[in-house]
Amino acid sequence: MSLIDLANPSRFLKFADRVLPWLGGVTVIALAFGLNQAMGAPDDYQQGATVKIMFLHVPSAWLGMLAWGIMSIAALGTLVWRHPLADVAAKAAAPIGAAFTLLCLITGSLWGRPEWGTYWVWDARLTSELVLFLLYLGVIALWRTVEDPSRAARAAAILTLVGAVDLPIIKFSVDWWNTLHQGESVFRFGGSTIYPTILVPLLVMAVAFTLLFVTLHVAAMRNEILRRRVRTLRLMQAQATN
Amino acid sequence: MTPLGALLIRDMRLAVRVGGGALIGVLFFLVVVTLVPFAIGPDLALLKRIGPAVLWLAALLANLLALDRLFAVDQEDGSLDLLLMSRAPLELVVAVKGLAHWLTTGLPLVVAAPLIGLLLNLDGAAQAGLVLTLLVGTPALTFIGLIGAAIAVALRRGGLLLAVLVLPLTVPVLIFGVAAANAVLVGAAPFATPFTVLCALSLASLVIGPFAAAAALRQEIE
Amino acid sequence: MEAINHLPFIVGSYAAAFVVVALLVAWVMIDFRAQRRALADLERRGFARRSAAAPAGAALAQAKEEA
Repeated sequence: MSLIDLANPSRFLKFADRVLPWLGGVTVIALAFGLNQAMGAPDDYQQGATVKIMFLHVPSAWLGMLAWGIMSIAALGTLVWRHPLADVAAKAAAPIGAAFTLLCLITGSLWGRPEWGTYWVWDARLTSELVLFLLYLGVIALWRTVEDPSRAARAAAILTLVGAVDLPIIKFSVDWWNTLHQGESVFRFGGSTIYPTILVPLLVMAVAFTLLFVTLHVAAMRNEILRRRVRTLRLMQAQATN
Repeated sequence: MTPLGALLIRDMRLAVRVGGGALIGVLFFLVVVTLVPFAIGPDLALLKRIGPAVLWLAALLANLLALDRLFAVDQEDGSLDLLLMSRAPLELVVAVKGLAHWLTTGLPLVVAAPLIGLLLNLDGAAQAGLVLTLLVGTPALTFIGLIGAAIAVALRRGGLLLAVLVLPLTVPVLIFGVAAANAVLVGAAPFATPFTVLCALSLASLVIGPFAAAAALRQEIE
Repeated sequence: MEAINHLPFIVGSYAAAFVVVALLVAWVMIDFRAQRRALADLERRGFARRSAAAPAGAALAQAKEEA
């Protein structure tokens, strides 16, 4: 099966039915392995045991951004190629991205309580993450407000792309506004400043979370395709009974 | 007269006449600023300290709330279809409508800002800084808001949802606008850095706003 | 000593992650069952998809119909 075949909703459904049990299984194994690694990781000399929260916080933040990226690519598919599966992919990604952004905020504030002494600090990264969360909620609200799915898809696609342009600017301005947080440390020129004992579990957890995201996204896309079929059939039914 | 010039004059006339919302924006601005001392107390030193932030927030809200039905009204009376069919590029049409809106809503806010600033104990230099930042920053708010106004055509209603969609996008404008205005007031930080970034944000939204809004309108008409 | 002090926050984070992921999984599964049931219900009442019998030939038309 080639990639182009997946663009057809019926074929996608068959593909999803076949691939989802495997994806789910691999995700469970990866998560178990990642959690095991995270539990076994030694304490950080500065953060102490709270570094274990980072194994959830950082992958959640990554997924929050990844989901918006996927929505932006899907938005191009919606606007340029008018592809129904792109609409479905964008709609399915929004709640999952919002959930992981929320998780990032929760773990961030639980990390902040022992480290900073309060649950919430208007620190640059947490604040950017909060704005991202608000944008997710806005897109979800837009999807739920416009009744016709393809109209909703196009409005949401415009908003997603504008958000994709604005998000780096928001990130930059919030950083400028408050530079309280520690600097970027995972991906930095001249090697990572995180010790391998922390970095390896972090990367394993990031991979496991990405697999989790892919599984949830494929499953949510399958649901969305079915929902559209139900909608079409109900419209047919309504016409037939008139 | 060119079509775009005619459109500019039509939109400005509609905004200023009875039923148009141009001056109500200024009234809203005044009401919001008046409410602030009731919420935090009449401490003049504190009011002065937060004055630029309050004026900026009020300007942000006044601008967006006045904007939400900009295209929806045109759709209801059919003139949006005429605009879409006209020979002038839709991006320019949208930009002209944005310009007309800014001239009738944004500019009065800028003019009224010094008077309203007096209520918050802002003096000469702070007033000048505030007016300058609002003059440069309100076009950015208008042109970002255009995108929301175009999306509102699909929503068939604007209001709260639209504000929820658009307000997070205006975070950078707010940050740099208030930072520049405060730089004059406090005098510690440099004024030029945030002010230049604010100019850049305005110029960028002047390009992105009309393109995105025009794209949204084209999508919705089909 | 430090670890005991921080333990509630670590446990809280992992619990929150578990709850969020469990809610997502539950949402996806319940939604799937609901859509399946709705489709089966419609089909029982005779509203099958036109292309259900000929999946290969009608694929393109159906993609357009859903667009």
